[in-house]
Amino acid sequence: MGLDFSQIAPSFPYILKGIWVTLQIVAVSAVVGFFIGVILSLFKIGKFNVLRWFADAYTSVFRGTPLVLQLMLIYYGLPQVIGFEIPAYLAAIAAFGLNSGAYVSEIIRAGIEAIDKGQKEAALALGIPYSEMMKDIILPQAMKNILPALMNEFITLTKESAIVTTIGALDIMRRAYIVGGQTFSFFEPLLFAGLIYYLLVMGLTLLGKALERKLKQSD
Amino acid sequence: MIKIENVSKFFGETEVLTGISTEISNGEVVTIVGPSGSGKSTLLRCINKLEEASKGRIWIEDQEVTDPSVNIMKIREEIGMVFQHFQLFPHMTVLENIMYAPLKVRGKDKEEAETLARSLLKKVGLEDKETAYPKRLSGGQKQRVAIARALAMEPKMMLFDEPTSALDPEMVKEVLAVMKDLAQSGMTMIIVTHEMGFAREVADRILFLDEGKLVEDAPPERFFTSPESERAKDFLEKIL
Ligand SMILES: Nc1ncnc2c1ncn2[C@@H]1O[C@H](COP(=O)(O)OP(=O)(O)O)[C@@H](O)[C@H]1O
Ligand SMILES: [Mg+2]
Repeated sequence: MGLDFSQIAPSFPYILKGIWVTLQIVAVSAVVGFFIGVILSLFKIGKFNVLRWFADAYTSVFRGTPLVLQLMLIYYGLPQVIGFEIPAYLAAIAAFGLNSGAYVSEIIRAGIEAIDKGQKEAALALGIPYSEMMKDIILPQAMKNILPALMNEFITLTKESAIVTTIGALDIMRRAYIVGGQTFSFFEPLLFAGLIYYLLVMGLTLLGKALERKLKQSD
Repeated sequence: MIKIENVSKFFGETEVLTGISTEISNGEVVTIVGPSGSGKSTLLRCINKLEEASKGRIWIEDQEVTDPSVNIMKIREEIGMVFQHFQLFPHMTVLENIMYAPLKVRGKDKEEAETLARSLLKKVGLEDKETAYPKRLSGGQKQRVAIARALAMEPKMMLFDEPTSALDPEMVKEVLAVMKDLAQSGMTMIIVTHEMGFAREVADRILFLDEGKLVEDAPPERFFTSPESERAKDFLEKIL
């Protein structure tokens, strides 16, 4: 039996609608992850041992366990503790946001640590307060290292988001799977889903390259 | 006035400064000389608390820098510092580099800060570079901008940590000329340097450090012609 895309053609719009779901989950979790990442990275480079310890432990746990486990713990496990169900969409954002925060905090920390420590000393010697120094001197320079790595994290998140399928969120992946079940042929819809992911990732990659070029120009 | 009283500094187990005491009056120009690794930078950095002295006390006027509860940021506003590797802010233009601290720390408005920055650029001979980014400048130009940036805070004293050591030989002069002007204008200056000609000509006093100890504290003539210690003699023989 060969491939027959015409059989699933009527379901293309249904699968395509999953792009919106996927992008929404990815975009919101990326924002959540970014904020968590910024805060954790400040803890990591700060002088308070308790906060540094917390941020390191957080990162270690979220990087040291499977993402799908974190997702299921939140979606299936947490309701047992808090007493009410969590919508799949929210559970996905929570899991991806918390997880991504760990990776983003490492990206930002490394970006900041790559800046010559003489820059900090120059700012301190001028009497510039810590917060202003971070905002105006250190972070703008660190962004050159941080942005490309953040873009990579965003791309990874887009691909990894396919595991929300396991908790029944109607993303691209889930929809392709459903169509496969209805038509008794999985190969075509899954290939179609793969094409969509690939195009999304390529789009983001090009965007990232353009961004990098723009950053290079300003040197 | 800067008063340094019995200051020692340990990095872990290693003692890099041992019981340093001296006083520097207002308007005085003091150079710190000595072999590499003798603790010159560390001593300088203890004054504005980029390093914390392990023992001893340091006063600037009537404020004790080494007091743990002191507001060091306020004190730093009054002490300019110039680094070996310039440390200009690379993402800001020359003018922005100079204006930033007066704007943020002194609370000057933009116009005031700009006027001040321009007059300082003129003073260091770089009025045509205000819109340039640091990496378009030569080392000598960078260091002159760094001096202007420090002066923009209108500090009461200036610290220099080997300001010409990272420069190509032909650029050393232009930076030393700016520093000499500054010394003649009555600025209190502490300068770590290997430029012995400059030290001899401009300094009121020379501090010679060796292995973390203040071995000589003398006017330049005496230091260069009749040093008291063997170590200073050795040092001078090697570099002159
Ligand atoms: N942050 C530091 N940690 C450990 N050792 C240091 C540090 N800074 C300087 N030292 C050591 O302290 C000694 C004095 O250094 P420094 O003050 O830089 O000397 P100088 O400026 O005279 O060359 C050197 O042996 C140096 O290796
Ligand atoms: Mg040094």
